[in-house]
Amino acid sequence: MTLDPEMAEIAKVFFQESREGLDVMESGLLSLDATADTENINTIFRAAHSIKGGSATFGFVEVADFTHGVETLLDQMRNGVRPVTPEAIQTLLQACDCLREMVAATEAEKPLDKDRIAALNADITHILGEPVHQAPTPGAHQGASDAGAVDNARPGIAALNQHSGWRIAFEPVADLLRVRNEPTRMFAELEGMGAFTARADVSRLPPLDELDPETCYLSWNIEIAGEIPRARLDEVFDWVDSRCRLEIVPIGDSAAAAAEPAGNAAPHPPGAASADARSAAAEAQRGPAIAAAPAQKAAGESGSIRVATEKVDNIINLVGELLITQSMLSGFADGIDPDDLDRLRQGLSQLARNTRELQESVMQIRMLPISFAFNRFPRIVHDLSRKLGKKVELKLSGEGTELDKTVLEKISDPLVHLVRNALDHGLESPDRRLAAGKQETGTIELAAFHEGGNIIIEVRDDGAGLNKPKILQKARERALIAADMDLSDEQIDNLIFMPGFSTAEQVSDVSGRGVGMDVVRRNINDLGGHVQISSKEGLGSTIRIRLPLTLAILDGQLVRVGKEVYVISLLAIVETIQVGRERVNTLAGRTEVFRLRDEYLPVIKLCDQFGVEPDSRSATDGLLVVVEADGKRAGVLVDELLAQQQVVIKSLESNFKPVSGIAGATILGDGTVALIIDVPDFIREAVKRSGAVNAHAA
Amino acid sequence: MAKRILAVDDSASMRQMVLFTLQGAGYEVLQACDGVEALGMARASTVDLVLTDVHMPRMDGITLVRELRTLPNYKFVPMLILTTESSQQKKMDGKSAGATGWIVKPFNPPQLLATVARVI
Repeated sequence: MTLDPEMAEIAKVFFQESREGLDVMESGLLSLDATADTENINTIFRAAHSIKGGSATFGFVEVADFTHGVETLLDQMRNGVRPVTPEAIQTLLQACDCLREMVAATEAEKPLDKDRIAALNADITHILGEPVHQAPTPGAHQGASDAGAVDNARPGIAALNQHSGWRIAFEPVADLLRVRNEPTRMFAELEGMGAFTARADVSRLPPLDELDPETCYLSWNIEIAGEIPRARLDEVFDWVDSRCRLEIVPIGDSAAAAAEPAGNAAPHPPGAASADARSAAAEAQRGPAIAAAPAQKAAGESGSIRVATEKVDNIINLVGELLITQSMLSGFADGIDPDDLDRLRQGLSQLARNTRELQESVMQIRMLPISFAFNRFPRIVHDLSRKLGKKVELKLSGEGTELDKTVLEKISDPLVHLVRNALDHGLESPDRRLAAGKQETGTIELAAFHEGGNIIIEVRDDGAGLNKPKILQKARERALIAADMDLSDEQIDNLIFMPGFSTAEQVSDVSGRGVGMDVVRRNINDLGGHVQISSKEGLGSTIRIRLPLTLAILDGQLVRVGKEVYVISLLAIVETIQVGRERVNTLAGRTEVFRLRDEYLPVIKLCDQFGVEPDSRSATDGLLVVVEADGKRAGVLVDELLAQQQVVIKSLESNFKPVSGIAGATILGDGTVALIIDVPDFIREAVKRSGAVNAHAA
Repeated sequence: MAKRILAVDDSASMRQMVLFTLQGAGYEVLQACDGVEALGMARASTVDLVLTDVHMPRMDGITLVRELRTLPNYKFVPMLILTTESSQQKKMDGKSAGATGWIVKPFNPPQLLATVARVI
């Protein structure tokens, strides 16, 4: 199927829309229970209906045909003639999966999985084949395209076509004009088919002063010559066939005229009756059609526009530039004549405010509710709990909490991993829960909320909690910690995030999958976030993820080394200290470490890394900014702490090339470029160089 | 002056398809994504034709047609419903609400233009 370029563009929208529709269907199906909330089924039905309509329009026949069965089933459910059973829901969920793949395959122009489609189609047909509350529905399973064909082509009429013309008696109801069915337009269409004459019957026309201009008083006798298929005539009168007395007879065949009387009492034109009766009968089987669906607000409807991320990023960049210009002007204002200064300052502070507001609202464009990530979970938990034979209730809260699109996309997989883990390892089986005096059904909660400029996502379960002795034992076996190291409960729990902790023992079909908790932590750290777990034996575990609101702006601490200014993320900074000589040691004659309470931390010297001339070369002379990443700490030696401010992150990668140890750059108010320190990268390097630190500390 | 058409559909792809087809044929097109929005737009300005989908959130197409017919400006404006259902019932519902006619989905651009040309 090839579409012309414009239609192909529109088809892209259709694919995107179908995926969203399938999400709506899925979440709707998951919340359906035996009581079958009509509004919910209506929403699911509408989604299926749109996919069917769109796919048929764009010529994706397989998708349209398949969706037709799904739609028929949903239609019966919403009309109450088909019970909503768990089996039917399961089948519909599988149909959603199948459709998702069909849509993806169609978009990628890859072949469809015909066996799977056929198998599911058979399942749906099977359900549709079971007796409904009324009689079975003949013909309810036609494809959408031939349903249209039935209507237009009106099969079974072809035999009547061999005539020299048609005689038509057309007597519309009085209010025909009120719905704008114009006889003149219809006649114009007929005229295009063959030699056409119409004689108006004016006998019902009242005197002029009684004439209502909105009423149709006329009727017509029409003759049209030529071998015109009856279907074409029916098409012309299709819209008015319930609003007129209509007789269409072949010229020279008066017997047929007598045999086929028609009028207001029989709303279908002769000949068309068979087809109409069929579809009307099919409709009747579905029960009373809902003419006016109740006004309702479907999920995820927020009057949104779809904008390419690239365009938004471009705007964000420009706003960033504006911010820089503004702070440059502010700096400039400090050095001019005091007399003009007040007005200039006033203007500048207004500019500052406007710029900030503009930036905030532009950033908002990138923000999406976390429900985009949360919405996958009802399905995942549904499927997984069936597989594991566990009973689970999933609670979601704070779905409306917004975060940056990129953060959202990247947090999704780690979250899936955490939830799978909670279900697989955290929650106990129903009998073990009962034995422990708990409710048979376990709970998994996913919560998102704001906390101090960050987003917090928590994954909580009320399962068994972590087995601390076992974790400790395993960590010692693997030499992740020293044998005699004393750890707090919290420290023990967080050992599961250590690289190399995930073990074969843990791997199962459900979690495991070769992705350990260390990968989860690394992914979260890459987003500038932080993850922690706490658990109570027998009561469950809570995993807490802290994420920055956005990746485009950083709360930074400006630091000076010699003449250079660097930026360190405030999130990474634990504290800043000055140390005395007695707390500093030199390892292997080169690497300096310092003691911070009970810990020895490596010193990172930016001056050596970047080859700048500092005021202070030794850890004892300058300031040590203690930073933390991946649970490891180090001290960054700087000469001076400058301001804390929000900086706009400029990618070094796209403007220059990737440099290890540098996360990006920003432009300061005075126009100079400041490099943003990649703390995790530095710490990894520093810890590697001072590999003996832990041993030393022990 | 170009004829103005109000196209109402909750599906963006269908709206775009209709928009692309009608604009290509020189019509001016207003778009709405459901009955409520369409009604608001219809109150604010007049159009020469309303094309509406049936199944939509908030307000469906049949109700929209019925509501529009009560507005003085829309008494004689042609209104077509887009329906995937070939069922007589939906069409009759549409007719009794005041629709001029219907287009059965799926339709291709020439079919849409031909149908529109029947009323304006």
